[in-house]
Amino acid sequence: MSIDTSKVAESNRSSAATAAKPNRAGSVALWADERLGLGTAMKKNLRKVFPDHWSFMLGEIALWSFVVLLLSGVFLTLWFKPSMGEVTYQGSYDALRGIPMSEAFASSLHISFDVRGGLLMRQMHHWAAMLFVASMMVHLLRVYFTGAFRKPRELNWVIGSLLLLLGTLEGFTGYSLPDDLLSGTGIRAADGFMKSIPVVGTYLSFFLFGGEFPGDAIIPRLYIIHVLLIPGLLLGLIAAHMLLLVYHKHTQWPGPGRTEQNVVGYPMLPVYAAKAGGFFFIVFGITAVMGGLLTINPVWKFGPYDPTKVTAGSQPDWYMGWPDGALRIMPGIESHLFGHTIAWNVFLPIIVLPGLMFTILAALPFLESWITGDKREHHLLERPRNAPTRTALMVALMTFYGLLWAAGGNDIIAIKLHASINAITYFMRVAVFVGPLLAFAITRRWCISLQRHDEQKLLHGYETGIIMRSAEGGYSERHLPISESAAYTLTARDDDEVYVPETKVDENGVAAPVGRLDALRGKLSALWFADNVQRPTRDEIEEARHHFEHELEGGHDEHAALESSESVKH
Amino acid sequence: MSDQHLPEHVSGDDAGSDLEPIRDPGLPEHQWRPTDVDPKAEKRAERQVAILFGLSALSTFLFLVSYFTFKVGDEWDSSLGLGVSNVALGGTFGAALLFIGAGIIQWARKLMADHEMVEMRHPAASSEEDREATLAALQAGLEESGIARRPLIRNSLIGSVALLGAPAVVLLRDLGPLPGDKLKHTVWKPNMRLVRDVVGTPIKASDIEIGDLINGAPEALFPTEENGYPEIEGVELQAEKAKGAIIVVRIEPDELQPGRGRENWDVDGIVCYSKICTHVGCPISLYERTTHHVLCPCHQSTFDLADSARVIFGPAARPLPQLPLGVDDEGYLIARSDFLEPVGPSFWERDSKDIGNQGEADV
Repeated sequence: MSIDTSKVAESNRSSAATAAKPNRAGSVALWADERLGLGTAMKKNLRKVFPDHWSFMLGEIALWSFVVLLLSGVFLTLWFKPSMGEVTYQGSYDALRGIPMSEAFASSLHISFDVRGGLLMRQMHHWAAMLFVASMMVHLLRVYFTGAFRKPRELNWVIGSLLLLLGTLEGFTGYSLPDDLLSGTGIRAADGFMKSIPVVGTYLSFFLFGGEFPGDAIIPRLYIIHVLLIPGLLLGLIAAHMLLLVYHKHTQWPGPGRTEQNVVGYPMLPVYAAKAGGFFFIVFGITAVMGGLLTINPVWKFGPYDPTKVTAGSQPDWYMGWPDGALRIMPGIESHLFGHTIAWNVFLPIIVLPGLMFTILAALPFLESWITGDKREHHLLERPRNAPTRTALMVALMTFYGLLWAAGGNDIIAIKLHASINAITYFMRVAVFVGPLLAFAITRRWCISLQRHDEQKLLHGYETGIIMRSAEGGYSERHLPISESAAYTLTARDDDEVYVPETKVDENGVAAPVGRLDALRGKLSALWFADNVQRPTRDEIEEARHHFEHELEGGHDEHAALESSESVKH
Repeated sequence: MSDQHLPEHVSGDDAGSDLEPIRDPGLPEHQWRPTDVDPKAEKRAERQVAILFGLSALSTFLFLVSYFTFKVGDEWDSSLGLGVSNVALGGTFGAALLFIGAGIIQWARKLMADHEMVEMRHPAASSEEDREATLAALQAGLEESGIARRPLIRNSLIGSVALLGAPAVVLLRDLGPLPGDKLKHTVWKPNMRLVRDVVGTPIKASDIEIGDLINGAPEALFPTEENGYPEIEGVELQAEKAKGAIIVVRIEPDELQPGRGRENWDVDGIVCYSKICTHVGCPISLYERTTHHVLCPCHQSTFDLADSARVIFGPAARPLPQLPLGVDDEGYLIARSDFLEPVGPSFWERDSKDIGNQGEADV
């Protein structure tokens, strides 16, 4: 290693690194290597380079909150009884003593009131679940907006989408377990969702519940799905996600010395391992403080599940809110055909829509590369503004999601804002279609404006804030060139290449008509890049530089200089 | 480790960079941190890290003290309703973890070498030779198995393995009973009394004032020796409760607009509907007496109880099923039949003809 460590903290090495006789650690390592061949496997990976940027930490939050979920979850399983057998509560919590309830609910109360640290672990588990899903979503947005999903990482994007889907289902099965009034209402609604599926719905419901709702099988079945099936899948997919991350090496932001061919950053050992390991303790610690200070899901206030009761303001956990919103604003449409009923008002928003959204999500990388025709590998991240259509597409999807999410709280909004729930619902029915379109258009133009701003900075420098008065009495602001490295970073991006369908010419020189799909692709590609600002050429930058030199010498006639250089582009 | 060599000031002469508008100025020079060059700063950082670790140990000790000092259960709502034990355990445990995290990160930032390293990337694809070697190996393996030359073996294997899917599916058959007509009937029977849902006492028609809403249940769910209904408990009770729940309201008789064929289903303006929402099955609950509207708190479907529980707002597609009412000799409300249509959310097998006389109210 040719790193200069001459000045690195002396505490790191109080004595010279000479080959000492093998100590105990050394002999253990030797023992292991003779059996596992660790030397070869670790040779490169111990000092593997990871680039640094705050946004690369978002996925780490998801990873570490998953570890917290495993740890706190194991603790909870030691006391939780996944049974719907009826017992009479005799624990510490006065308000429910003597009341019949399921063993699942009674053991949840036992964990909360009779196991020291039990409530803490329950609340940590729930908060970590919120954090897990939230950080996966934010991580997903980071990956999308920076173009990190592009070749060769498309499959890791698909794995990530699956993780989000499974994480959501894991959350639903988890908060359904305590068998309190709120979670029971959620399960009852889920039964209604299942029954809306044409042909097989009723059977699905009877098989899952072991008979008619509520039966006595749903809690034990959700339990095994929650503690074994989905966590197993999550673990496997997370392992695959991380292995692909290591294999592809992390993406990095462009900058001086950072190219498509290299990766610049800190080595795994010691810096990255320390930072990531330390960050695990931070995430763990924050969940512990949240579990201690912020009440979440106080099931003792809701009481045991009773199929004839419900509370106002019943809502699922926030990540289930958007399909719930779709369910709320969907008009009540039902078809009766040949003695059968299709409940479109349930089936479309809660079964079809989430499936469709996750399919669109997983397909985004393939959709983009098909439209753009870009088959190159990409390891340098793109700023969102430099891919206006991509950015606008995700903002449109976010708007759709956000409006549905708000619709899921239409009753709360109505109460808090003293608004009519009918008006909110009618508004949302229109807004979920119009909002994304507006968001798309605004975002796209916004990105292009930012690109123009970048171009201005490259060609005309930055605004110094110095106002100059010319001899004629005109005022102008002085611009100065940005630094070489800043200018390089701004220009370190790909040129946009519009896909042009090839016309095949046969041996007689007659051009075959372009296929319909290919023509569509060409059109979409043109639209995808339409109005994007391309980076200036070397000549344009040289010319701009001459202007500056001239300006700095002359110091006047700035206005004319600006005007002439503005006409260079566009 | 030649590929990790750090070229300071690479003057961007890799392929293609001539086409770039600006030459790559190369990695900026490494800057030494105060802790690298000032022994005092270095010692101070070392002390800071150790103090953070020490504070963590102290927090862990306080955690143990809290564990054995504070009671749970009895004092569950002390400390702003959070429970003193929970606050103390969460606070100290969180602090213990955060201090360790902060200490390690401080160590990494201030004292570990902060040279950025450069590693070269390799294409994700395998090399052409590897690809060919793999294909050749695969070809050889397939060749030696003779799978292509012996379609009889191949096809019979595919067929028999595919058939193994059948046990996998069939084995799940006993997950639950078939639906049968369970969803189409409830425990309600002619002459069964309506009772209050919590205490199980019968409801006298004369006791209900105009504007009242009573949450009711079938008397069969409260068996006594007197009424003679069979014992019901556990799963069966829950299932019947989930289907049989009703709401009883009394509406000014002139405001009532009975559906076709339902003219005599009320008792002096007292009408009874299923409490289970026809959307996804939540129990509806919020009643506005001036408008006779009842709202489901889950998804805000709103039904007009004066008008056959017609949907006037929200995602539900069907009115709440109505229970035809009568009065027995003692003046208590009774059902004159079961619901004439399935209660609760829609399902595939539900036939709109099930509704019988209520069919018209459906449209």
